[in-house]
Parts: sequence; C-alpha cells; structure tokens
Amino acid sequence: MENKVTREIFPRDARKSYGLVELMKGSAPIVKKEPEDTVYTWPHLIMIELICALLVTAGLIILVQFVHAPLRSLADPSTTPNPMRAPWYFLGLQELLVYFDPWYAGVVLPGMIIVGLMTFPYVDTNPKGVGYYTFSERKFAVFNYSFGFALWWVTIVIGTYLRGLDWQWYWPWSDHLVHMNPALVTLVPLHIVFVNLLHVSKDVGKAICDVLFFAYFAIGMAIPYFFMRKFYDSMGGARYFVFMIFFLSMMGVGLKIVLRLLFNIKYIVVTPWINV
Amino acid sequence: MLENLKEKLTKSQVFRSIFRHGFPDNDMNRAYVVFSNVFLHIHPVKVRRSALRMRYTFCLGGITLFLFIMLTVTGIWLMFYYTPYTGLAYNNIQDLQFVIFGGNLMRDLHRFAAHGMVLFVWLHMTRVFMTGAYKAPREFNWVVGVLLLVMTLILSWTGYLLPWDQLAYWAVTVGTKMASYTPFIGQNGPWGAQLGFLPTNDIMFMLIGGTVVGQNALIRFYVLHCVVLPLFVTVALAVHFWRIRKDGFSGPL
Ligand code: HEM
Repeated sequence: MENKVTREIFPRDARKSYGLVELMKGSAPIVKKEPEDTVYTWPHLIMIELICALLVTAGLIILVQFVHAPLRSLADPSTTPNPMRAPWYFLGLQELLVYFDPWYAGVVLPGMIIVGLMTFPYVDTNPKGVGYYTFSERKFAVFNYSFGFALWWVTIVIGTYLRGLDWQWYWPWSDHLVHMNPALVTLVPLHIVFVNLLHVSKDVGKAICDVLFFAYFAIGMAIPYFFMRKFYDSMGGARYFVFMIFFLSMMGVGLKIVLRLLFNIKYIVVTPWINV
Repeated sequence: MLENLKEKLTKSQVFRSIFRHGFPDNDMNRAYVVFSNVFLHIHPVKVRRSALRMRYTFCLGGITLFLFIMLTVTGIWLMFYYTPYTGLAYNNIQDLQFVIFGGNLMRDLHRFAAHGMVLFVWLHMTRVFMTGAYKAPREFNWVVGVLLLVMTLILSWTGYLLPWDQLAYWAVTVGTKMASYTPFIGQNGPWGAQLGFLPTNDIMFMLIGGTVVGQNALIRFYVLHCVVLPLFVTVALAVHFWRIRKDGFSGPL
C-alpha cells in the first residue's frame, strides 16, 4: 500500500500512468488475479472433463452389453403395427393427439413450445437467482418450467406404459391382446353438454362455448392486470402479453386433458374450419 | 536418461513446430497449452477453484457435447456400411448385426448415445434453467440452446428412419403425416385445401419427396441426418461455446 515512504521513493508524476504490480512466489506471471483462489485449467479442469468422458464411455459400453438397438422386420407399407408408437421423446406429442386435432397437437403446439422456450429470458424479469440453485427466490418461474415438463414426461409415461391397441388406455394388468370396445366411451363436444343440460339449441350451445373459450383467455389476462399489479408492472405490457399467451395456452392443455379424461369432452370450440 | 530424452524430445524442432511450448509441468506451459491449442482454447487459462465444484453444472453440457462427438465417430463408422436405398438399407443393418466385426457394438453405441444425447440435452437445459443462467446477458445463448435442442430431436428422428424396418417406417410415416395438417400449407390442415394444397404439392410432399414414405424420403432423411443437421449443430455449438466465453459463465467460475 502507498504510504509516506513509498511516495518518497516513487514520487508520483501526473504525466505517467501506473499499474499495480506485486512480486510473489510462483513460476509464471499472474494476470488479473482475483481475491478468490484460481487454478490452472490444465490439468485441473481438463482432468475432470477427461474423467467425465471416460465414465460416459464406460457406462455406454456396459449398457450395450445388456440392451440392444432394436430391428424389427423389413418395412412393409401394407401392415400397420398396432399400436404405432413414436420414439419416446415424441410420445408426449403423440399422446396429445388424443386430446387435440392433429393441426394443433402435431404442428401448432410443438411450434408454441419451441417459441415459448425461447421467450424465457425475455419475459423473466426477476433479476434474482443467477448462478445458484434456488426455489424460494423464483417460485413462479420454477413452477412454470416444472409444470410444462411434468406434462411432457407424464404424457411420455402414459404413451409408453398405458397405451395399447388402437391407442386405447390399458392398465398394466389389462389383457394387451384384446381390443377395447371404443363404443364404451362416447366423446361429445362441449356444446352438446349445454344443449342437454339447458335445453337450448345447438347454436346457442356453441355460442356459450365460444364465450367460455374467450372468457378463459380474457379473464386470465385480466386477473393479474387488475389484482396483481406488482407482477404486471414488473413486466410491462408487451412482456406480459407474450408471457400470458403462452402461460394460458399451457394451462389450457392441462385443462383440456382433464376435461377429456374425466368428462369425455371432445371439443370446447367447434367452428366450420377448426375445432379445439 | 529419461529426463534427457524428454528434454531432447520437447526441444526438438518437430515437437516445437506442433506444440510451441514444453511439457505442461510448470505454470507457464500450463497456460500455453490451453491458449495455443485450438481444441483447448475454448477454456479460460485459469478457473476459480470453486468452478471445479461438480454440483453446479454436473458436467451436463460437457456430457452432451461428448455424446455428440461419440455419435459423430460411430456414425461415420456406420456410414461405411450403409446404403440409403430401400432395397439395401435393411440388409446393411442386418449385416452390421450378424456379419460385420464390431457392427453390433457400433450400432448399439450409436443408438444409445443418441437416446443419451436427447436426455442429457434436456438435463442440461434444466440445469441452466434452475440456476437462472439464461438471464441477461446470456439471453441469446439460451435461444441458441433451444435451437440445439430442436436440432438434436430432429437428428434423432431422421436417424430413426434409416434402418428401414417396421419401427422406422411407421414412426416416420405417422410423424410426417403431421406435416400435412399444418395450417395453410398442408393438405389436411385448416385452410390448406382451400388454398389449393393437394397431396402432391403440400408441405408433407416437400418433406418426403412423394405422397408416401419411400426412396425419396429415405435419401432426404439420410442427407439431413448425416450431413445437414450435424453441420448445423456444429456451427450452433461453435456459437454456443463462443458466447459462453464472451458473455461469461454464470456460475462460480
Ligand atoms: C447439443 C446440445 C448442447 C450442448 C453440447 C451444450 C453444451 C454446453 C456446455 C459444455 C456448456 C458449459 C456449461 C455446462 O457444461 O453446463 C453450456 C452452457 C450453456 N448452455 Fe448449453 N449445450 C447444449 C444445448 C443447450 C440447450 C438446449 C440450452 C437451453 C435451452 C442451452 C443453454 C446454455 C446456456 C444458457 C449456457 C450458459 C450457462 C451458464 O453460463 O451457466 N444449451 N452448454
């Protein structure tokens, strides 16, 4: 540190610039040493990486002693396997085909998942929780991520273990060789429920459904806007809107699955062009 | 004597032309080895001691990368035996299974490393999410990561068709059928037919080069799987790693 003696030995000169240099025990110059202790990448980090790679290789080689890549009979366009299962990482999407029409489950929803994932860093305005694991400082974000991927993994498990012939629901103890009778379950669009319940015409029933559908999004958008002002203000309009569209759509998927499984509802909204 | 030999070797013109520095047994050479080597220079020369703590990244990104490298090596090996022709593909795979030395091992490794890569890319993403590592200034690297995730899935799926067995054929038939439901540009999708899209000109036709999965689909998936997607992934990975260095690592590094 600078004191009277060093100032005498090294008089300061305003026309010169100074650097802070220190002599230490060691075999090479150290640049920008921070208070925390640093070590050389080689060998410390490189060694960890090497061990990691070796462990993965060993693990794989052991694994393939017990399980083998499958090879069924030659491709035959005239015999369709039943059930037809997608590779496991797409089983979630395949399972969603039970609940939604293909244009939604197979195209729009995957697209929304990809774009939705990309929006994370731009809609998450919480500055806390960078660089360490925490739940308490970002409960809502962690909840959203976990909810989405819980849906993803649960549908994969259903698709792998609980679906059988004709993609019907089979418990592990059911006879997987006997076709279920699909006539046992009658799926109805939601507006028929209203027609039977309220004795209204089909058109009125449909109108009720349309209103309910838009009310879901409108009320969902409005609640935080009016009652959770801090949440809204922290995001601002644009972020809030983008986030809520994805959030409500994700929750909608869960809702639709429940409606379909518990109440045999096929569609919420029926239009001449698309059904949801 | 051994010391003498080592001295001679590491000071020789050939050794110096390759490595430019002596054996990394002192701090200066340990610095050199990292920043003068193209493969190692994605690392900083020094890291904080706490960065060696495994319980932050769990090595998940690194394992994903390693699996990708392993897939490249085993994949190239498999390419020597594989013909993207519907009349031969299946036989080639059978040969790998029953005739070719090491064929089974390579195919199994390739298959399970692929499953592993899908799993680990997701685990890595979960780690990045749970440590908030996508927040500013690393927003864009998260987006690059999502692209990597999508490409990893498509890579796996395009490879799925190549054995040309029942599993492959029908998974891809049903999967590509989804494309025909694309709104506006698929024949079965909302407003697709109204806009004039037919089985012979819609997005699914473009994807598989026909109305049903056949030879054209096989060659398309083959080229995508063996050339296009690995190339894209490699480029995206270069960006990914570059950005980690430029934006700084989030953790205790
Ligand atoms: C082929 C796939 C991928 C590979 C090989 C890969 C590799 C890596 C590696 C080696 C790291 C260094 C830290 C670590 O090991 O965790 C890293 C960091 C990172 N990755 Fe990936 N990654 C991939 C996919 C993804 C995906 C899918 C995402 C997110 C959607 C992502 C987002 C990030 C981010 C934001 C960082 C910086 C983390 C930080 O600073 O803490 N990556 N990646």
